[in-house]
Amino acid sequence: MKVLVPVKRVIDYNVKVRVKSDGSGVDLANVKMSMNPFDEIACEEAIRLKEAGKADEVIAVSIGVKQAQETLRTALAMGADRAILVIAADDVHQDIEPLAVAKILKAVIDEEQPGLVLAGKQAIDNDMNATGQMLAALLGWSQATFASKLDIDGDHATVTREVDGGLQTIKVKMPAIVTVDLRLNEPRYASLPNIMKAKKKPLDEKTAADYGVDVSPRLEVVKTTEPEARKAGEIVGSVDELVAKLKEAGAV
Amino acid sequence: MIQTTQGAAHDDIRDAVRALCAEFPPEYHRKIDEDRAYPEAFVDALTKGGWMAALIPEEYGGSGLGLTEASVIMEEINRAGGNSGACHGQMYNMNTLVRHGSEEQRQRYLPKIASGELRLQSMGVTEPTTGTDTTKIKTTAVRKGDRYVINGQKVWISRVQHSDLMILLARTTPLADVKKKSEGLSIFLVDVKDAMAKGMDVKPIRNMVNHETNELFFDNLEIPAENLIGEEGQGFKYILTGLNAERALIAAECIGDGYWFIDKVTAYAGERQVFGRPIGQNQGVQFPIAEAFIEVEAANLMRYEACRLFDEGQPCGAQANMAKYLAAKASWEAANACIQFHGGFGFASEYDVERKFRETRLYQVAPISTNLILSYVAEHMLGLPRSF
Repeated sequence: MKVLVPVKRVIDYNVKVRVKSDGSGVDLANVKMSMNPFDEIACEEAIRLKEAGKADEVIAVSIGVKQAQETLRTALAMGADRAILVIAADDVHQDIEPLAVAKILKAVIDEEQPGLVLAGKQAIDNDMNATGQMLAALLGWSQATFASKLDIDGDHATVTREVDGGLQTIKVKMPAIVTVDLRLNEPRYASLPNIMKAKKKPLDEKTAADYGVDVSPRLEVVKTTEPEARKAGEIVGSVDELVAKLKEAGAV
Repeated sequence: MIQTTQGAAHDDIRDAVRALCAEFPPEYHRKIDEDRAYPEAFVDALTKGGWMAALIPEEYGGSGLGLTEASVIMEEINRAGGNSGACHGQMYNMNTLVRHGSEEQRQRYLPKIASGELRLQSMGVTEPTTGTDTTKIKTTAVRKGDRYVINGQKVWISRVQHSDLMILLARTTPLADVKKKSEGLSIFLVDVKDAMAKGMDVKPIRNMVNHETNELFFDNLEIPAENLIGEEGQGFKYILTGLNAERALIAAECIGDGYWFIDKVTAYAGERQVFGRPIGQNQGVQFPIAEAFIEVEAANLMRYEACRLFDEGQPCGAQANMAKYLAAKASWEAANACIQFHGGFGFASEYDVERKFRETRLYQVAPISTNLILSYVAEHMLGLPRSF
């Protein structure tokens, strides 16, 4: 079984995000970019499936600017076998919307015929949480989102999902799209020999046009603002005082 | 983390080393310092991740990278709050063995060093009566059949207790019998444990930082003649390979320290409120930090130049020494600003500033004193008369 892992290049989670002066988005010029942390978890899970003998090949795919090849090299250094880069934008500030990403992924999947797609539940940049679901709809495949546990057994997968209020375990038919949550695993960091090997692994370069997908945006960003600054807290002397303060604030 | 001007050329290495270092939080390094212990778990993790074998050619199980990449690894360790001093010996010694060792020696040692079975962490050059005046060393190696007999004394020899192998410099032809004083010196690969049982005495020196360093005494230590590296009498030339690498690597470590201090003090000065505003709003606080940052960035350029020349096999003594000079000075400025603006908290161990402050101070003294670098530059680069 082939496992396909879509990975997105996003602003590094350690970077202090700055809003662009025209409010069209956040400033990404000369800012450290990394693999979306949820995609790292997806990649780790795919590699573990391969190590457990349940997958034969792990293919990482990224859609975006040319620099996303660095993100793919990270996936290859973790242990993916090969990578496909679909160039769909020239400007780092151009975000490819979930529907366009899902359409391109569908085209890649039609070619590659993987038995499983493992994706991050959402990207930490715009938190859309939509690509996996759209992809499942376009393919007509089963989907299991927010996975915190995954077991593959022949033509079925048992997935524990982190839903509001608890955990839900479902059984889905393969092939399937599984989007992963934070607690599924802890991704490994690459060793130096694996970083060196990754430089020699195949990385195919395509364009959105190769798949006939129109990536022009359908959404318009009206405004981007920074979140309100957090106000200073207060240390209270007792539980009673705390309750009184909370009541006063209308919180209880 | 502050944004620096260096390009993204080694981001793959940086990201992976940072991820590894993140598993060893400040508490870990603090505890090691308090206990005056060796960071075994940390060095093991670096070894398992292949980082300590960066300079070993691929055919011997390493990654075949250059000093530039090795220096990035060391820089990131220090930037993450660790201290490369515990393990940089393997990096600066490696090229001495790789470039000057025989094929038989490379086959015999490099794969085991790459796998972590052996550590090559020590270099025995300095003596109590001859620090920088290396050609005057008194330790001798006298050929006796298929062995060399070593007698003499060394000082400030680091990591001996955590190393399996040491590169030792000794005089094989008396100074009086050579045409040039740099001739007649030879280098040997010493099996540390074997030597400790056969005539090498190791006396630890307690010091200001948690840095394992020692006095060594050789009393008729016999080592196999096959452990001679390169040609007999040419050792001084070979040892310079290691010394230049050491300077460039330590420059990178100071740069990592410098960024660590600037990250730390910038965050603190931005948060710490006095008289209703962050202290970082005052130019009196901003300027020393900005100045230190500029100096670290400038030192960084010289460090890359030294590494580039080293990797191309070109002479790099001046650049390696100047890089170390600039970087050690810059990291010290950064350390000073960091401790000053932390106020009393800078002296509290739990802020890690005082530990890093002590650690980075070492590099204006070791492995070569700042004054000697100035003398070198005055004499060799400016052509002024030798001052000593």
